[in-house]
Amino acid sequence: MANSKFKIQNLKFRRLWIGIGILILLSPLGIILPEIFKSGGAWGEWGAGGIEKITGYIPEGLKKLSGLWKAPIPDYEFSGWKGLFKSSIAYIISGVIGVGLVVLVSILIGKFLARKNGNS
Amino acid sequence: MHIPDGYLGPYTYGGLWAVIVPIWIYASGKIKETLKASQIPLLALSAAFSFVIMMFNVPIPGGTTGHATGATLIAVLIGPWAAIIAVSIALIIQAFMFGDGGITAVGANCFNIAFAEVLVGYGIYRIISSSKFKVQSSKFKTRDSDAETQHSSLNTRHLIGAGIGAYIGINLAAFLTAFELGIQTVLHVGPDGRPLYSPFPLSVTIPAIMIEHVVLFGIVEAVITIFVLIYLRKSHPDLIGR
Repeated sequence: MANSKFKIQNLKFRRLWIGIGILILLSPLGIILPEIFKSGGAWGEWGAGGIEKITGYIPEGLKKLSGLWKAPIPDYEFSGWKGLFKSSIAYIISGVIGVGLVVLVSILIGKFLARKNGNS
Repeated sequence: MHIPDGYLGPYTYGGLWAVIVPIWIYASGKIKETLKASQIPLLALSAAFSFVIMMFNVPIPGGTTGHATGATLIAVLIGPWAAIIAVSIALIIQAFMFGDGGITAVGANCFNIAFAEVLVGYGIYRIISSSKFKVQSSKFKTRDSDAETQHSSLNTRHLIGAGIGAYIGINLAAFLTAFELGIQTVLHVGPDGRPLYSPFPLSVTIPAIMIEHVVLFGIVEAVITIFVLIYLRKSHPDLIGR
């Protein structure tokens, strides 16, 4: 009983997961459109070098903290994948990896929290 | 709106980490009471949507870019406490995996986008679509097709409420971001008198971040929220028919 309910739920969501997949495939619009309209990044999200260009110096604390973490895939880009086409592919792959991780973490947390309630 | 590492000094990033952790614990406790195993896919779907919608950078021609967050939409769909967890998961993966938002700033970014935006957006949605309106709309509904009224309690009031909630919610998150960035010049100054962290005062950060959100990104958030709800009302009425 509980099991069949779970399956029905999954089926209902299938179209929505396909929707997420379509959004991932379309996500390069998020880098192509800014390129076309000659827009920079988000305000206040520059690296240390970007700050230096604006203010003429890198604040001491910012210099120390900004190098604290090396993200595996910084800015959803693969190094050496230049040009809009290759960076679009990298963006899509990043989307797949990111959504995969987000789903994995959500399911782990969800399972942990819902443990006591069971399926009913 | 994703604050990188180095923009916030220790008082701010440490303080907001100290605030967000009890919020996560409280929210987890809240959803523990109600979350069923069958609802886990919906939590994952929501977090995935929040992640992917933030990849759609919307350009201001010749200016900066910004994006929607899905925070209010998710709160309307799965409730505010589950939404806090879902959006936080997206923000944490963005920070650790893609360097989108800092590690030290995870507390701040989750406070702004996953907590304040979710709660205020959802609160406004609830106020606008409250019982007073429901009575009117149910009269209205009798004239609608039976199928629609049976399957969905989401009427125009709800859509307007969600849209306004989404608009105000993202603008609140933008304001908190601007405020946190802008107070660094007051909180942390080096011996040479130069700022140690974000070097821009409130008089710069507030207009820079607020204008673009008031004029464009807030509207993008509201439109996405309304359109997804209209789509779900048709395709998955049981999801929002509560």
